[in-house]
Amino acid sequence: MENSGFVVFEKIDKSYDGEVLVVKNLNLNISKGEFVTMLGPSGSGKTTTLMMLAGFETPTNGEIYLDNKPISKIPPYEREIGMVFQNYALFPHMTVQENLAFPLEVRKISKSDVTTRVKKALDMVELGEFGNRFPAQLSGGQQQRVALARALVFEPRLVLMDEPLGALDKNLREQMQYEIKHIHERIGITVVYVTHDQSEALTMSNRIAVFNDGVVQQLSTPDVLYEKPENSFVAQFIGENNRFTGIVKKIEGDLCDVEVNGGSQVKALKVNVNSEGDATELSVRPERVTINSNKEEENNFEGEVKELIYLGDHIRIRLNVCNNDQFIVKTPNEGSLSLNEGDKINVSWNSSDIRALDIKNT
Amino acid sequence: MEVKITTNTEILTTDGIPLRVSLKKTERKNKLRAFLLVFPLLLFILITFVVPIGDMLMRSVDDSHINTVFPKTFEEYEKWDGQDLPPEEVYRAIFDELATGEGIQVGKALTRMNYSKSGWKSLIKKTRRQIKKIVKSGELPVSYKDTLIEIHKGWGDPTFWIAMNQMINETTSIYYWNAMDRTFDIDGSVVKQNEERRIYVRTWWRTLEVSIYVTFFCLILGFPVAHLLANLPLRYSNLLMIFVLLPFWTSLLVRTTAWIVMLQQNGVINGILVWLGIINDDQRIQMVYNMTGTIIAMTQILLPFMILPLYSVMKVIPKSHMRAAQNLGAKPARAFYKVYLPQTIPGISAGGLLVFVLAIGYYITPALVGGKDGQLIGHWIAYHLKTTLNWGLCSALGSILLVLMLVLYWLYNKIVGIDNIKLG
Repeated sequence: MENSGFVVFEKIDKSYDGEVLVVKNLNLNISKGEFVTMLGPSGSGKTTTLMMLAGFETPTNGEIYLDNKPISKIPPYEREIGMVFQNYALFPHMTVQENLAFPLEVRKISKSDVTTRVKKALDMVELGEFGNRFPAQLSGGQQQRVALARALVFEPRLVLMDEPLGALDKNLREQMQYEIKHIHERIGITVVYVTHDQSEALTMSNRIAVFNDGVVQQLSTPDVLYEKPENSFVAQFIGENNRFTGIVKKIEGDLCDVEVNGGSQVKALKVNVNSEGDATELSVRPERVTINSNKEEENNFEGEVKELIYLGDHIRIRLNVCNNDQFIVKTPNEGSLSLNEGDKINVSWNSSDIRALDIKNT
Repeated sequence: MEVKITTNTEILTTDGIPLRVSLKKTERKNKLRAFLLVFPLLLFILITFVVPIGDMLMRSVDDSHINTVFPKTFEEYEKWDGQDLPPEEVYRAIFDELATGEGIQVGKALTRMNYSKSGWKSLIKKTRRQIKKIVKSGELPVSYKDTLIEIHKGWGDPTFWIAMNQMINETTSIYYWNAMDRTFDIDGSVVKQNEERRIYVRTWWRTLEVSIYVTFFCLILGFPVAHLLANLPLRYSNLLMIFVLLPFWTSLLVRTTAWIVMLQQNGVINGILVWLGIINDDQRIQMVYNMTGTIIAMTQILLPFMILPLYSVMKVIPKSHMRAAQNLGAKPARAFYKVYLPQTIPGISAGGLLVFVLAIGYYITPALVGGKDGQLIGHWIAYHLKTTLNWGLCSALGSILLVLMLVLYWLYNKIVGIDNIKLG
């Protein structure tokens, strides 16, 4: 394992009870200045990983390096890692200023320096006038910004964020996503971010590590993750997809022929299957499927319209295709669509857009 | 210039009734309903709380009973110029009233008279028998004064008559002075009690001292327990909670006697210490029937009242706060002191006030394990209520206790702020 990254997880295992591993053989490299998100459902081990980095949990096996130095034996208060907690963890008995001054006073920084740095940090999150308020007197978004400012004010080497936007409503959450992203770009600090919200991860991150069952399923940039998921979990967890299960009949180079349940033959991109006869799960994004197209595609099927869902800018059509009645197609609302439930239409997609992945065990 | 603002445009409801009137009408019904709901409770509080306390406050200054026994005597007495001995009329009046007075009422009055000057009781008791004889014989005396002095020479002692002056008013402060080891001398000025009768001031100080100790020890012992309760996994904390609450379900007497078993000189603890060779058999430590015993037993009994408010406050302090403080660079001790402790203040003050107020008026436990120098003021209140039947002094002690608590409450509100309190 190369030790080049700024933060390096090396062969990390973590178990709480000696029976179940919540993190299994985690190897992760994070470069300086990078914004890396750990994305996964709850219980997937992402928060545990973050807590090990912060020093609140110790790895059962393996070592974490920060700036090439092992940190497992360093207590949390000496790690110089900032953290934004899930519910902000602002101290309710201190004003905003006192909250921000806390990490500085602990470090015995002179009073005048504390004042200027607190002011600078508050200005950064545009809360300059709120210094004398108590956290309870602030809105959720403002508290969020104070927590962010507090995690940054002592100029840590690294900032961790544990689902920091979970408590905000949708609009505010989106706004804060951009704000955090911009602050990251401006000061160039390394950020490790934990969330279960895929759109949040896609919006903000340089790279995303998708966690499931204590294992990193895929670590890539957002576009690769979305366009080229390596296994069925990632395909399912990120974005929407239409799935078929079937058996691989023939492999030809990058493509393979799959017989899906119901007998139809589908030509798909070979991603995560090894040999003919394997069971596989096919995944195709709804936006890659066209309906009633004149173009000849390799995959051409008849679908029966089951349901039309009006969503303003686009319309979702639920179809029954090859015995899968949860097949979704999105078409832009161009005003010319005239479909009724029960209509039979033609659906088609390119064979490079449907990926033959592993069968999920669950 | 004065500007007069008139609002001619009164807002009306759809039906044309002024909005204000309509609102009042609908609100009145709600208010009445709310009042009727709390009315039984109001009545209950009135009967069981306000009335008894009022009665106690009245009794602590009430001195009217004696006036109903000797109305005529007092009337004549007030005409006396205070020189030498009272005139014949006074002697005659008291003679008549002793002759006709009902035994029990006179007895009660005598007790009161003895508070002002000891000796009154025996004087009258002896005299009364002779008076009855004289009345029975039918030969009324020529000079009541001489007859009485003949019966008992005490009637010729002017100090008895001067002391009577203190009983004339229907209210008196004597009980309050008594409760503070003071009394009136013959001419009604306040003096200290005799050395051997000064017991209350000492007991007041001891009551405060014990209450402070008990509150302090409850805090020291209760804080870690409450912290554990709030932070342990549920199945352990439930078990611990049962241990905390168990004392509530056990009789107070049983718990107190258990402490006697533990602490007495031939008790469990001394036995173990001797057995281990830490102390010799003749050096057994006196741990009960003194102040130590009172403090130990009361601390154990009042501990839940400290733990529960603390627990309810600690329960809602997010665990992330300590983590955040450490993450920001504070060592655990500093994180505790700066971040955790300030957030428990409402619980500390609630528990502290609760334990202190309960301790200051505690009776049963000190009565059982207190011995001679572990008694609190409650002991004397009970003593005068049940044994000496000096209800005036008993009420005065109670009233002082009440005032003391109100003063403490006021102080507490000034220093900590009563809205900082949190019971759960």
